[in-house]
Amino acid sequence: MALSTDDIKKIAHLARIEVSGDEAQATLAKLTGIMGLIEQMQAVDTQGIAPMSHSQDVVQRLRDDVVNKTNQREAFQQIAPVLGNGSAERAVDHGLYLVPKVIE
Amino acid sequence: MEWEVVIGLETHAQLQTKTKIFSGASTAFGAEPNTQACEVSIALPGVLPVLNKEAVHCAIKFGLAVDAEIAPRSVFARKNYFYPDLPKGYQISQYELPVVGKGAITIQVPAVGKNPAYEKVVNITRAHLEEDAGKSVHGAVEGMSGIDLNRAGTPLLEIVTEPDMRSAAEAVAYAKKLHELVQWIGICDGNMQEGSFRCDVNVSVRPKGSDKLGTRREIKNLNSFRFMQQAIEYETRWQIETLEDGGVIHQATVLFNPDTGETRAMRSKEEANDYRYFPDPDLLPLEITEADKAQVQLLMPELPSAMKTRFETQYGLTNYDAATLTASRDLADYFVATVNAGAEAKPAANWAMGAIAAKLNAEEKSLADSPVSAVQLASLLKRIADSTISNNAAKQVFEAMWNGEGEVDAIIEAKGLKQVSDTGAIEAIIDDVLAANQAMVEEFKAGKEKAFNALVGQAMKASRGKANPAQVNEILKAKLGA
Repeated sequence: MALSTDDIKKIAHLARIEVSGDEAQATLAKLTGIMGLIEQMQAVDTQGIAPMSHSQDVVQRLRDDVVNKTNQREAFQQIAPVLGNGSAERAVDHGLYLVPKVIE
Repeated sequence: MEWEVVIGLETHAQLQTKTKIFSGASTAFGAEPNTQACEVSIALPGVLPVLNKEAVHCAIKFGLAVDAEIAPRSVFARKNYFYPDLPKGYQISQYELPVVGKGAITIQVPAVGKNPAYEKVVNITRAHLEEDAGKSVHGAVEGMSGIDLNRAGTPLLEIVTEPDMRSAAEAVAYAKKLHELVQWIGICDGNMQEGSFRCDVNVSVRPKGSDKLGTRREIKNLNSFRFMQQAIEYETRWQIETLEDGGVIHQATVLFNPDTGETRAMRSKEEANDYRYFPDPDLLPLEITEADKAQVQLLMPELPSAMKTRFETQYGLTNYDAATLTASRDLADYFVATVNAGAEAKPAANWAMGAIAAKLNAEEKSLADSPVSAVQLASLLKRIADSTISNNAAKQVFEAMWNGEGEVDAIIEAKGLKQVSDTGAIEAIIDDVLAANQAMVEEFKAGKEKAFNALVGQAMKASRGKANPAQVNEILKAKLGA
């Protein structure tokens, strides 16, 4: 599959990564290389082999449904991101974490 | 042109676990903001998810209840998107390999106008486990939004149907049936106000007879059945009018505004691959063995469909009565308790579905709050069965019991409602009535059948409603030589 710089910009936007024009060109070259590798692997005959989602052949361990976390809000909010107004004030209010206004 | 609406539902049922799906933080509703948001809920770097066994059991229960394939191996995937109430930048969900596969639910669509009630099978495409996001709170601080992550990580089962429904009534009947089922099997509290049961409805229209699906629009987050009905009806009309005016439907997510009764496009639907799903490397595949399923099967209550069949055979109820009683577990339990307390099945069914349901409805109460218990109803029905009171008097006794005026026998005594079944007393009453209403007697003898009923009425009135109506009929017939 041939990638374009537009694809790179779209992927970067979805991942919220800022990519300049030059960086997009460089990234395009690298990603094209990776796609080539994948194409090479896809040539291998995998008929009859179950798809693998994880590298280890083990299954998920389950946890009993028992509350074992206590309220650590004060500790967590002391290391919350700062307000960004130049002060060291944390972006929290009445127990809420504050973020720039979300408008639907 | 005649149009057909095609509807499919995606429902998020919040699972009744004590803790979150991937951490031991409490899921209790209504806590102070972020007091139940542990390091996993707020996505601190380095934390790892550990799957809650009870959430898996809930999913298995649902799979068993809708006769679905339960995947021996399913995989958790990351659904990637950015939003402040999702601090990880991805929601852990299931994509290619969900825990529950194809199943089916039989719904009862109620009669509307001239169209009779009917049954229909709605196919379940899949159901998968996922985590809920947090909540945004607006207006607390100027220019900012507040984030409460107490809800983040709450276990959800997303239940997806095939596009099988063909009217708003069918969609609502399905949603109600599913709502009852998840409560019946004890996996969800069904509280729609608190968001424990939320429905997204996919609606498209096409020319009747076409087998091609139209472009769909998804109505998000409907939290009442009434709004669902209104939203689907509005959306259907809007799509048909748009197409008839030569317009085109674009795939979109829409919101329903209960104040205007209208739907409005929210944002153009992102392509599914924009979420860039991939298997979550932090979670290993979930394995469910036959032994796991057998263990959960032991915890399953008798399902509504099985109970309905049993009610028909064991109690001789009609298909309709059995279906109505088993539409809710509370109602079914109430009926069984009434019968177990000594009432006959048919009257117990009639009173539970009739007088009790009507009262509860009018007062917006649930059966748990009914002032008349199953045992009290049974004692009332026993007094009808042994002819102590008439059906009419029973209604008065019921009213009095409902208003907390005491037990059945005391009320019958206090109100003097005991039925007169003494033949001599009734004969005396009838003799008086015949003497006082010679004209009616002549009419009857001249062939006017109606006069007989009038005489029965007079006799009942003379006894102040207390005479046994069957005996009055019999004696009157004998006296008139009819």
